[in-house]
Amino acid sequence: MYQHTRLTTNRLNFFQKFRNYDYILLFCILLLGFISLATMYSTDGGEILFHTKSHFTKLVVFTIMMLIMSFINIKYWFSIGYLSYLAVIGLLVATYLFGITSSGSQRWINLYFINLQPSELMKIVIILCLAKYFHRMKLENVNSIYTILTSLIIIMLPMGLVIVQPDLGTSLLIAISGIAVLWFAGINHKYFIYTMLGFVISLPFIIAFLKPYQKLRVLTFLNPDRDPLGAGYQIIQSKIAVGSGGIFGKGFLKGTQSYLEFLPEKHTDFIFTLFSEEFGFVGSALLLVIYVIIIYRIVAIGANCRSYFAKIFCYSFGAAIFVFITINMSMVLGLLPIVGSPLPIMSYGGSSMLATMIGFGIVMSARVHNQQLIA
Amino acid sequence: MINSSSDSVKKLNSINRRMFITGSLKFFIMVGIISRLFFLQVKENKKYLTLSDKNRIREWKLAPVRGEFHDYFGNVIAGNFEAYQLHVIPEQVDDFRYVIYRIKDLLELSDKEFKKILKKKSQIKPWETLIVSDNLSWQKFSKINNHLYDLNGVKPVISISRNYPFKENFTHLIGYVSQANQTDIENTEVIKKNFVPGLKVGKVGLEKSFEKKLIGSNDIERYEVNAYGRRISQLEFQKGEKGKNLRLTIDTELQKLANELLKDQAGSICVMDIYTGDLIAMHSSPSFDPNLFVFGISKDDWQLIRNDPMKPLVNKTLQGNYSPGSTIKPIVALSALENGIINTNFTVQCRGHRHPLELYGQTYHCWKKEGHGFMNLRNAMKQSCDIYFYEIARKLGVDKLSETAKKFGLGKEVFGDLFSIEKSGLIPNTQWKKNALGQGWLLGETIITGIGQGYIQTTPIQLCLMTAQIGNGGHKIYPRIVINDENKVAPIDKFSPLYTNSKNIKIVQDAMFASTNEVRGTSYKSRIDDLKYQFAGKTGTAQVKKITARDRELDLKTFEIPYEERDHALYVAYGPYKNPRYALSVIVEHGGSGSATAAPMATKLFKLVIDRHKMRQSINDKKYLEI
Repeated sequence: MYQHTRLTTNRLNFFQKFRNYDYILLFCILLLGFISLATMYSTDGGEILFHTKSHFTKLVVFTIMMLIMSFINIKYWFSIGYLSYLAVIGLLVATYLFGITSSGSQRWINLYFINLQPSELMKIVIILCLAKYFHRMKLENVNSIYTILTSLIIIMLPMGLVIVQPDLGTSLLIAISGIAVLWFAGINHKYFIYTMLGFVISLPFIIAFLKPYQKLRVLTFLNPDRDPLGAGYQIIQSKIAVGSGGIFGKGFLKGTQSYLEFLPEKHTDFIFTLFSEEFGFVGSALLLVIYVIIIYRIVAIGANCRSYFAKIFCYSFGAAIFVFITINMSMVLGLLPIVGSPLPIMSYGGSSMLATMIGFGIVMSARVHNQQLIA
Repeated sequence: MINSSSDSVKKLNSINRRMFITGSLKFFIMVGIISRLFFLQVKENKKYLTLSDKNRIREWKLAPVRGEFHDYFGNVIAGNFEAYQLHVIPEQVDDFRYVIYRIKDLLELSDKEFKKILKKKSQIKPWETLIVSDNLSWQKFSKINNHLYDLNGVKPVISISRNYPFKENFTHLIGYVSQANQTDIENTEVIKKNFVPGLKVGKVGLEKSFEKKLIGSNDIERYEVNAYGRRISQLEFQKGEKGKNLRLTIDTELQKLANELLKDQAGSICVMDIYTGDLIAMHSSPSFDPNLFVFGISKDDWQLIRNDPMKPLVNKTLQGNYSPGSTIKPIVALSALENGIINTNFTVQCRGHRHPLELYGQTYHCWKKEGHGFMNLRNAMKQSCDIYFYEIARKLGVDKLSETAKKFGLGKEVFGDLFSIEKSGLIPNTQWKKNALGQGWLLGETIITGIGQGYIQTTPIQLCLMTAQIGNGGHKIYPRIVINDENKVAPIDKFSPLYTNSKNIKIVQDAMFASTNEVRGTSYKSRIDDLKYQFAGKTGTAQVKKITARDRELDLKTFEIPYEERDHALYVAYGPYKNPRYALSVIVEHGGSGSATAAPMATKLFKLVIDRHKMRQSINDKKYLEI
């Protein structure tokens, strides 16, 4: 067919790779990196302190890593699909055994040069693994019990390892990444509907099994004013910060809520709140536009890929990134209960950025090698 | 190959269809987030902006400067002074332990006080002010100032506080201030509004009654603070207003004299202008130093005041319900004259203790063992003959008597609601007894009411008002203490006559004159012959317990009777007789007889008040000139 007739050589030279590059996506990522750096500078109170420096270093290192990754053939990324999954599972087990405990949960593992949060990596790696799993599968086999059970095990295993940390939020995000792949792989939509129904029906039982602090979060979400200085404090202060920003914001470095330390977790989960307070509705909308362009480019790259693996990875990664962004924003805007979920690239945190950059790297590689077929 | 290719086509179709569904979903979610942002940042912006300001801006109120009390001549009788205080902000101190022990040495603090300070420190945040001492002497204050070089973070502060320069002289009148407590804050709107920690508010007396005027308004400092309450920068300073000064009608010199006269005795002295109703002096004894309360009274001082058997905490002028005794006789006589029961020639024979008045088997004695003989009104008043007043009271009846007494201001609060503690006294009548006790009135009760015993009770201020109204020729007056009290409207019935025939007032006045200035008058010894000071009065000796036959036989002298059983000594008078201007009432609790104890005090009081009359008038004249 058309794709077959436009056969070119699979080996591209360096300059051809450059020509194939998606510069819009690269520009957006760099712009986002710059914005995140400026915001981090603001969280440090208008000085270049620890967070800004560290964020800058990570940004530079991981962007270079992403560029390098994009020049490596997509076939290679396909080949390490299962291996990387197993490696991260290994890291999760290691975290469970001798991870670093901080504020009541054991999420980090000391790799001597970096404290890594493997659960963040799992969000991306699970897409890689499942994309490879479904790549060669015939459509009629996709809905077989065996396939569904295998893919569910692939999803459940890391979820379980993350839940025991305990980190419900991240394990749900891992599940969403996995489910995104299942959805694009063509699993019968009835299963999704049944699962959803089942989830809704079992919700009361799930709540019964939640830990007290998790129950509190749900209750607080439903009515933040029940404990304005305790559990509801974060969400109330976040809404005040966003709301007081107005149309044009309070101005760079002038966000009183963050500057006067009313805003909790302003480096990480609530970074969007700070941004929104200082740059207002216009700034926030612009930030959203950048994210939308990034997601659009990822999907467009997926659409132009010849290999099914690259396609399914791009689509799933685009969907996952979209979910991460919307969950984080909904959370800080008071639309969802507080679950620990960083805003990709913007939030401070090496593991999250590493995972996102790996994802971008593979997407870029798919773009550069978009004519590459994988057997 | 074809198979696999058709499979990949199917797969492509499937994935593209699903991508389309996903894309639409993404679109709707994005719209949702954008509209949420719009709702928060554009629609609800005002609300959240207010909340954000509420977060970051905090007001600090400073205690307002309290209005002062001035006496009639403008002397400060309750003022403000600069209290020397020592503040420490623990955060600004490098070595708190060293500094606090250094302060302890310099101020010679006791271990108990020291512990209190440490406890206070543990209760505040490190950047809040710790008040180490709120009222230092000048010596200690300068000592601290000299050692400031090694007391980092210690701040000597001059703050404004209440001072009562005349100490116990005005305590019951003005009252005192002390730290506001929970009830003060809850009950008084103006205190709630101006409250700051350490705010001092009026607890009793005029300090309490005029809280609204005296309190003033806070200085307000607005600061930007962070989430932990630390001040970041000052945004605004708003100057408050000092409270209003109040000028009283009281003459400090006379007040001091009253205090001196009642020294070591329990009782009350009131002196009143009989035309304006101005109180020249109003004192209740014993008194106490109100300055003790300003910075919180010590336990020992408080026990001393509270357990004093003479009850310094009671304002006897307003709260003391006393039997008026013979001081009621001018009213009894006036009532009988007004009601046409008697005329000046009506005569009763007093035959002494051997022949008392007998009624239904009860006997009623005159105070004089030998009896007075034949008595007309003038003589009976002069010598305070009880038999005569028994007789006219019997003829008059208690209801008519109570009517006249009430007209002259007995039996109800003189100052209305100015003082919350003021008692109304009691002027009994048949209706009252039926309602209150459910019993019928007995004739015998009428008889003893005629000499001011039995149910009848009056406060010293009421007796003073009564005398003033007799002295001014029977015209209604309204006593006042505060001159610049705008809330008080001049009553329309001021100076309206309280008599039906002015002659009757003249008769009573003449009888009172006789009682003081003629031989055998009960207060003859205390008279002043100089026309300038000459006054007319009536003594009273109120029994505290019923006199038994045995008591009568023993006829003990006052000092031989236990203190609690001694009679109250009373005296009411007005003067100068020829051109009256002032009235007074004197009550000495358990002081013995009115003529021996109370009347001599009146002599001294009249001398002083009349001497100072010109000066008092000149203040008024000057005031007119200034306008």
